[in-house]
Amino acid sequence: MNLSDLSTPTRDYSYAFLDAFAKRELRRRILKAIAIPGYQVPYASRELPIARGWGTGGLQVSLSLVGPQDTIKVIDQGDDQSVNAANLRRFIARMSGVATTFDTLAATVIQSRHRVPEEILSEGQILVLQVPDPEPLRRATPSMTIAREMHADADYAVMWLNLYEQIVRYGEFTGGASYPVLVHSRYVMSPSPIPRWDNPKLHQAAHLTLLSAGREKRLYAVPPYTDVRPLEFEDVFFKVESQYGRRDRMTGATHKFMDEIAHADGSSTFSLSDTGYQDKLVKRQSGEAVTVGATYYDDHGEFYHAGFLKS
Amino acid sequence: MLAFSSPDAFGQPLDAPRLVMTPPLLSARGLQRRYGAIVALKDVDLDVYPGEVLGIVGESGSGKSTLLRLLNLEEPADGGSYTLAVAEYAGRDLFGLDRFQKRQMRVRHIGIVYQHPHLGLRMGTTSGGNVADRLILAGERSFSRLRGAAREALNASEFPLERIDDLPRQLSGGMQQRVQLAKAIALRPALLLLDEPTSGLDVSVQARVLDTLKRLQRETRVTTVIVSHDLGVIRTLADRVIVMRRGRVVEVGLADQVLDDPQDAYTQQLVHAKL
Ligand SMILES: Nc1ncnc2c1ncn2[C@@H]1O[C@H](COP(=O)(O)OP(=O)(O)O)[C@@H](O)[C@H]1O
Ligand SMILES: [Mg+2]
Repeated sequence: MNLSDLSTPTRDYSYAFLDAFAKRELRRRILKAIAIPGYQVPYASRELPIARGWGTGGLQVSLSLVGPQDTIKVIDQGDDQSVNAANLRRFIARMSGVATTFDTLAATVIQSRHRVPEEILSEGQILVLQVPDPEPLRRATPSMTIAREMHADADYAVMWLNLYEQIVRYGEFTGGASYPVLVHSRYVMSPSPIPRWDNPKLHQAAHLTLLSAGREKRLYAVPPYTDVRPLEFEDVFFKVESQYGRRDRMTGATHKFMDEIAHADGSSTFSLSDTGYQDKLVKRQSGEAVTVGATYYDDHGEFYHAGFLKS
Repeated sequence: MLAFSSPDAFGQPLDAPRLVMTPPLLSARGLQRRYGAIVALKDVDLDVYPGEVLGIVGESGSGKSTLLRLLNLEEPADGGSYTLAVAEYAGRDLFGLDRFQKRQMRVRHIGIVYQHPHLGLRMGTTSGGNVADRLILAGERSFSRLRGAAREALNASEFPLERIDDLPRQLSGGMQQRVQLAKAIALRPALLLLDEPTSGLDVSVQARVLDTLKRLQRETRVTTVIVSHDLGVIRTLADRVIVMRRGRVVEVGLADQVLDDPQDAYTQQLVHAKL
C-alpha cells in the first residue's frame, strides 16, 4: 500500500463545489441555527456559479450537507422540472455525485423554493428552503439594528398590531406567503414565501427544516418536533388558503394546494402545484406500482395534527 | 412641604398629619441632563404625591420637555435617581433598570401625551390600533378585548367613536390629542405625563380638551405632571407648580401661591408677562 491509495484522488474541484473551510463554517452555522430554533444566524455567503437571488442560500446549505449516499430533490413552486429547479439539481448532482429524484419519499435532502411537499416528510429527511428575505420585522422597522433588538427582547407587539389593523381594514388576515410564525415560543420567523397552506406543515414536523438567504447571508432552522405557530389572536384564527371545490384536472385529487390555470375563454381549471405528487397519482391511476405517501391534508381537507388549525 | 389641596378637603382645615405622612408616588433627586455643551437639566429634585397634579412652567428651552422624557424613561439621565412607588420596582432607581424593564415600566405604569402627535402616535395606524398597541405590548392577544378596551379608552377621552378606524393623519389636532390621551390612559397608569397637550390647538378646541383632562383627573385621580407655557392651563389643572429656568427649579409652591404671589424674580416676570 502506498500513500496515493490512502488519500483522495486529486480533482479539479472540491467535493460538492464548496471548499472544506466554507463547508465547515456553514455546518457550524447550521448547528447553531438548530440549537436556537427560529434564530437568524449570520454566515459568510460564498460565490457560486449562479446569481444571488436564484437560490444561492439554499444551494450552499444543500452543498454543505450532501454526501455520496444522499438522494436529492429540487423543486421550484412545487415543480421539479422548472428551469431553475433543473439547473440547481443538475449542479448539485454533478458536483457531488448524489442520486436525484422527483419522489418526495425517496429524497434525503429536498431543496425548495416557495413550497413544502404534500406528502408528509419523515425523520431523517431535510427540507432546505430558499429565502429571499429572512427578516419578519422588515415591514415593522427599516432598521435592522432595531429589528435585532426587538428579537432579543422578544418584542413582537408590532406584529399583532399589524394583525389588528388587517382585521379592522379588511375583515381578515391579509398576509399571504411568508406568513409569520412563532417558533418554539420564542422567535418570530419568516417561513420563506411558502403559501399559508404549507405553514402548518412546519409545526411538530418529523423532518428538519433549514432556511437560508444567500443575499442577506442569514440562515435559520426548525428542528424536528418543534412548535411552529402562525401568529393569530385568541379569538380570530389564522386560516390557510381555501382549496375548497378545486379538483386536479389530471387526477381529480382534492384538498391539496392547486395552481389555477386560466383558459382563453375566461374559464379556469386547477392543477396540483406539487408535480412530483401529481406524477405519482397519475402513475397509480394507470396501474403502475408506486408508493404514494400519506399527505399533510387528507382527502377531506383535514390537517394531520388534529385540532392544530382552529376554525 | 404641603402635598396637595384635595377637593374633598376644600373649605376644611387641611389634615396635616395625613398629608405629611403620605409618601410621594414619584420621587426624583439630582436629575442631570446635558446635550454636548448645553445643560438641559441641572440638579432637579421632584416629588409628586398620589392623586396630585403638578404643573411645570418656564420659558421655552428651560428643560421642561427634557424632564418629561427622563420621567418617561425615554432617554437616560446623566445623573440623579428616580423612583415610582408602583408594585414591581418600588424603591428601585428606575434609571438603573435594563432596556426590557424600562419598557415594561413605561407600558404598565406611565402614560404620556406629547405636544406633537407624531411623537406619540403611529400616523399610519388607525386610532383604535394606536390605543390597542399599548394593550398588545402588555400581552393582550384577544381581538375583541383589544377592540373593547380601545373603545373604552377613546370614549373616556371623548373621542368620537365612529372615527375609531380612521388614521390620525385624517383627524383634527384636537382629536389627535384625544387619541394620544386614550393611549396614555388605556392601562390606567400610575403616572400621566402631559407635555404641552393643548398648545398646538385653537383656543376653543383647547378649552374642550382641557375640560376632558380635568374631568378625567377628577374621575381617576391619576397622578399627573403637566408641562405648559400657558399659565392659564396650569391654573386650571395644577394643584402645585414648579417653575423652571435654564434647567433648574427656581420656585415651588401651591399653584395659587406661585401664580398670584410669586417670590422668585423670574417667576414674577413670567406671571406678569402673562397678565
Ligand atoms: N435632543 C437634543 N439634542 C440637543 N439639544 C437638546 C435636545 N433636546 C433638548 N435640547 C436642548 O435642551 C434645552 C432644553 O430643551 P427642552 O427640554 O426642549 O425645553 P422646553 O421643553 O422647556 O422648551 C434646550 O436648550 C434645547 O435646545
Ligand atoms: Mg418643550
